[in-house]
Amino acid sequence: MRLTYLQKILWAAAALASLAFGAWQFAGARAPSGVDEAPFRPTFALPDAEGQMRTPADFAGKYLLVFFGFTNCPDVCPTTLAEVAQIMDDLGAQSVEVQPLFISIDPERDRALGLAEFTAAFHPSIIGLAGEGAQTRAAANSFHIFFEREDDVTAPDGYSMSHSPALYLIGPDGDWLRQFTYGTPAAEILDDLQSRL
Amino acid sequence: MKITVFTALILTLASPTLACETVTSGEMTIENAWSRATIGANRPAVFYVAITNAGSSGDALIGIATPAASMPMLHQTVVTEDIASMPHAMSIPIAAGQSVQLAPGGYHGMLMGLTEALKVGDNFPMTLTFQNAGDITINVEVLSIRAEGPDCESDGQ
Repeated sequence: MRLTYLQKILWAAAALASLAFGAWQFAGARAPSGVDEAPFRPTFALPDAEGQMRTPADFAGKYLLVFFGFTNCPDVCPTTLAEVAQIMDDLGAQSVEVQPLFISIDPERDRALGLAEFTAAFHPSIIGLAGEGAQTRAAANSFHIFFEREDDVTAPDGYSMSHSPALYLIGPDGDWLRQFTYGTPAAEILDDLQSRL
Repeated sequence: MKITVFTALILTLASPTLACETVTSGEMTIENAWSRATIGANRPAVFYVAITNAGSSGDALIGIATPAASMPMLHQTVVTEDIASMPHAMSIPIAAGQSVQLAPGGYHGMLMGLTEALKVGDNFPMTLTFQNAGDITINVEVLSIRAEGPDCESDGQ
């Protein structure tokens, strides 16, 4: 069989495409896809409500339950923080091994509205963190999460935030362990935590 | 202190029944209207309710109004590709013979411009405007900021 010039080109293109697909699959398998991925260590350096800078090192030895949200959010954020509060209550004495963090993706407005009273309304153990824009973006990137300001004339101050609404679990050595997608029942998260503690 | 604890206890005991009011007007039944306590009046509150259309033609919820807030709007939490956003819902269809829940993680009323902070045990009226059924008013019970829904006998939640 004699291949025409065009056929050779096409075969070469097909070979290249399979190689590219293989490489993409290999890389894809290693990139965080949401559940049970290869370990990586998310990081952050953000001030808490009192202005004290917090990093993962402050919480070494504890499990971190991290939520990115904003305090003006009427539905998703209270629903998730209410779950976190229930989990902390249900953990009882073991709750000292778990530190819930609320990282503000709308830090300027959240600081003005009051971060500490917001987190305390759900549970005294929740620490709220609200940094500057660049610190916030760096923390979100490190957790591989998305957030974005959306102009919306029907929202307070003319904007709302869209964001990844999952809860992220970080291990005592700082390794990413897993995420709980939005709507995971509190009892399921509690079971998972209790199996690790 | 004792009085505060006592009052809190009474409110806790009383709230499940109050939140379970059912209002029926024509073919439309509205029940389990609840909200969450707010911290101050500067953040938006939320409004949840269950609506059942027993009629043979579709209807739609097109607006809400309450003396508790100057700018109440219908919104929908949409989670796609692991991103939650909250677009404004112009109207919420209530198909014939169907129930629709305004519930955590889905459709909800966002109450902006609160007249005052909402406290556990408060109630406020909410008027729902339907395209065909017109206006129907129900009492909304304010539950804890940690509440995940009223504890009602009916299957509204």
